[in-house]
Parts: sequence; structure tokens; C-alpha cells
Amino acid sequence: MQRTRLSSVARRTLTWVLALAIAAPLLWALLASFKSELEAIASPPSFLVFDWTLENYRSVLESGDYLHSLRNSLIIAGGSSLLVMALAVPAAWAMAFAPTRHTRGILLWMLSTKMLPAVGVLIPIFLFYRDWGLLDTQAGVVLLLTAGNLPIAVWMLYANFNEVPGEILEAARMDGASIVQEVVRVLAPMALPGLASSFFLIFTLAWNESFWSLNMTTTDAAPLTAFVAAFSNPEGLFWAKLSAASMLSIAPVLVIGWLCQRQLVRGLTFGAVK
Amino acid sequence: MSDIVLEGVSKRFADHAASDQIDLVIPDGKFTVLVGPSGCGKTTLLRLIAGLEDVDEGRLLIDGVDMAHTAPVARGLAMVFQSYALYPHMSVRANLGFALMVKRTPKAEIARRVEHVAKMLDLEKLLDRKPAALSGGQRQRVAIGRALVREPKAFLFDEPLSNLDASLRTQMRFEIRRLQQELGITAVYVTHDQGEAMTMADNIVVLRAGRIEQVGAPLEIYRRPVNRFVAGFIGSPQMNFLGGPHAGRYDAATIGIRPEHLTVAADGALPCVVRTIEHLGSEALIHAETGDGSKLIARVSENLQVAVGQNIAFNVDPGCVHRFGADGNVIPEQKSDI
Repeated sequence: MQRTRLSSVARRTLTWVLALAIAAPLLWALLASFKSELEAIASPPSFLVFDWTLENYRSVLESGDYLHSLRNSLIIAGGSSLLVMALAVPAAWAMAFAPTRHTRGILLWMLSTKMLPAVGVLIPIFLFYRDWGLLDTQAGVVLLLTAGNLPIAVWMLYANFNEVPGEILEAARMDGASIVQEVVRVLAPMALPGLASSFFLIFTLAWNESFWSLNMTTTDAAPLTAFVAAFSNPEGLFWAKLSAASMLSIAPVLVIGWLCQRQLVRGLTFGAVK
Repeated sequence: MSDIVLEGVSKRFADHAASDQIDLVIPDGKFTVLVGPSGCGKTTLLRLIAGLEDVDEGRLLIDGVDMAHTAPVARGLAMVFQSYALYPHMSVRANLGFALMVKRTPKAEIARRVEHVAKMLDLEKLLDRKPAALSGGQRQRVAIGRALVREPKAFLFDEPLSNLDASLRTQMRFEIRRLQQELGITAVYVTHDQGEAMTMADNIVVLRAGRIEQVGAPLEIYRRPVNRFVAGFIGSPQMNFLGGPHAGRYDAATIGIRPEHLTVAADGALPCVVRTIEHLGSEALIHAETGDGSKLIARVSENLQVAVGQNIAFNVDPGCVHRFGADGNVIPEQKSDI
């Protein structure tokens, strides 16, 4: 009894320490975003006692690039996620419900492409993009992120579809459901949490992606990641403004994630909890 | 008339024949049980009939019509799956009415038939629940109800009771059998449990390795198994098999004796040592060992006083001895001619 209570206290403490360690940089940025530039670089940093200001947010929003970048981020993350889903759902469907002896190999091969360091293909892709006029275009980034995230989506959806018991689909077939009815009335409601969490994960990955968006965009197609990075430039470090810009770029995803967290948890633990 | 006829039906998965040249008539209105050890192809056979698998070779006829190009739903069969396969996101009512809904049956008609079936299966109070909120037995009844609503030509059952606990299983055996008899509907029932086959069937089909070993009424198969496999598979406890000089005395490679045909007698032909005794209350099972190490099980009265380690002897009525040749097939009776 005594021991279990002790271990439960220890476990809870450990959880909090870990959670704080993970959240610490985020908290630091959150606080810094309300400080003046001078206070932001002060050492040791002040915790809660400083002159709180919204000045950074005002100047970041006034720079005018925020809304432009936000629009680009939405188009790039939204567009590539939709495209990924449009390709991954049928692919994962086929692999889960009509597997062949090549299915395993294809799945592993798809995953293996994620092991390639992106920088290894940066130069050839950059040159292709330059010649094809895709540099600094939304379409260009959408294409790259689609290719990059497709394997992850296929894997997630494959696992998700595999959880759907085959007998239920056969029961629908015996009951006379057409293939469309089978998908819409039986499969979709069962697979929806998985579809939603896959979409959200892919969307978040695309939203946070910075390697390709930093290298392939300059102004026209620059998303929020490029916008944030621009605050650390040769003219000097603007930690407070950088923090404010970071907070502003995290906010949209945070809101979406918070709104659908129940669906997400269900989807992400779909395979783990029976 | 809803006879289901299989003519030389074969089905292969990779290089393994799950069904091998099956010829079978499943008579209209009868309860036919496909039984055999796991991997014998009984479920494959059921799925071939259902149309969930395509026949590689041979013909499948329902009401005399070849079903090669008929979709599962158009065959007019309803299936109850081992996992029940209820739609988890639908209420019991929607589960029961699904087949009618996809056929665009008028709403009033769906409601009427769902109510009717719910009443028959005692599901009326559960109609608005989701499957997750039902017990195993209730889910089972919903699965049967879903099949019933369609008013099918025949029922196909794929080990429907294997997920239930023992007492519920016995009760559901009876329920399913009663329902089938009341409706006079053809039923094909797959199980690996020979007890289920014996108690439920009009007709038993014993399968092994994709082939039919024997077809017949339960008692016929029990009393006159055509080979050693069927003799050993049907009946619990298993038939006793003896080889060597015991069998030689009957001009056979092996002889088989049912546990109830061994009687304890002081001057019995089979002297044994008692190894264990299982008390069932109404009767006892004596596990004994002969001098040459053969093991025997005898079904005896609880009134019999025996102790473990005791020497006893069994007598056998020669008329109850099954004689098998070296190939495992039964040797036709011809003693009277000798």
C-alpha cells in the first residue's frame, strides 16, 4: 500500500518534470514574446516580473508579412495534406483489403524513402525547380511536401484500415450493400477517427516543415516557418519579435488540435486499445 | 425448394486445396452441420456457398441454378459470423434493418419486420442500444436477427457459438435449432465441436483436409463410422483404438471400441490397471492401461467400486467392435460368412 502510493507519487512527479522539460522552450518563447527586446536577452532572464508589453505582437502583425505567410502556410499545409489523403486513402485501402505478396515490400520501400537525408537531394531538386519555374511557388512546395508526407500517411491509414474487421465488411456484402454503400455506411464511420488523426498529423507536419520551405521559397510562397526564421537575420537578433512571431504561427494549429483532441487521441491509439 | 448442391467443387489457396472435389447435397429445410478439425476446409466451404469466395472448379447450384456469376446478396442466403460482425456504429435497430435499408425497402415495412424479428428473439428492449452495450449472448441474437430479417432461403452459420461461455452455448444451441425448426428453413452450420454437431444436426458432414469423409445422420455416423478418422472424431470421450494382437483376434489392423461398450467383468478379455477415474456424477470415466501399454477409457456407473491402481478386466460385446484395415477404412462385416 505504502509502496504503491510512493511509486504513484514518483511517477506523477516524473511526468510533470518531463512535461515541463518538453514545454520549457515553448514557455520561454511565450514569456519572451511579451518582453522588450532588451529584457528578452537579459541574463539571467526575468520570469514573471518584467514590463509586459504587446509591442512585439503589434510590430509583427504590422510588418504585413504575417497575413501573407499565414495564407501561404494554409494553402501549402492544407493543399499538400488534401493531396496526400487523396493519394494515400486508396493506396492504403488497396494494401489493407487486397494485399498481394508485394504489399509488405512496397510498404517498407515507402518508409525507406524517409531515411534519405533531404539535403542529399536539395541541389538536384533545386535545379529542376529552377528550370521548371517552380521555385518560390506554392505549387512547388505542395508537391515536395506531398511526396515527403505520403509514406507516413499510407502507413498510418494502412494500420487504421487493418483494424477494421474483415467480417464486418463481408457482413455488409452479404446484406446486399453495394461497394459505395459499404464504404460510406460501414467503413467510413468506423475509419473516420483514424482518417481525421492522419489528416491532422500530416497537416501539422506540413505546417511545421521548414527545410524545404526555407530553401525553396523567398517571398511569394514563404510560409510562416520562413516568416519566423526571417526574424533572426544579419541585422541582429530580435528574440522578442521572433518569439511573438513563433507564437502567432503556432496558434492556428494549437487551436485546431485542441478542438479535435478527443478524436485525435482515439485515432492515434486506435491500434493500441481494443 | 432450396436445395444447395455442390458438384465437384474445388478451391485452392496458393498450392493448398481448401476444398477438394466436394460433392454434396444440402437438403431443403434440414439442419446440416459441417464438422471437422481446424483447417479441414469447413469454413471455406461455407464461404464458397455464401459467395464470399469464388469456386475454382465444379458447380454450385441453389434451387437448380448455377451460382457461378451470382453475387452473394442475390443468392438469398444470410450468414451469421463467428465474430457476429455487427456494425459497431449502428443501433441494434439499424443493424437489424440494414439489409432492408440498402434494398430501399419502405420505412414502414422495415420497422414492421425489425419489430417482428426483435420480438421473436427477445430483443425489443435493446433496439436502441449500440452493440458495444450488449452482452455476448445478446450480440449473438442480434447477429441471428440480422440474418432473419432478410427472410433468406438458407442460413449459414460460421462457428456462431465459439465466443460464448459454456452454459450460454448450450442454451443457444437449443434456441438456434428451435428457430430453424419453427421456420422450416435450410441451415448450414460450421463447427469444430462434434458435440454441437451431434446435438443440432439432421445431417452431419465430416470433413478432413478439404475432403468429405462421411455424410449422414448423427446416430448413423456415431454407430457406423466409415473410417478411423470419423470414428475418432465423433464421440466424446473418444473411441478407444487397439492394435496388435487385440486387433488380430478380429482380423483387423485396428479395432475401435466406444467407452460405453466396455463392461467391467472379473473374467474379461482385456485385463487393465486403473490409472485415473473421472467422476461426472451420473457416470464415471475409468482411464485404464492394458498390459501392452494401450490406453482405454470406459464409461461406467458411479455405483461401481474401483480404485486407482486396481487391476480390473473389461469385456467387449463383439457386435460393438469397429474393425479397421491398415488403410484406416472400416472392414465390411462378413463374420457370418466365415
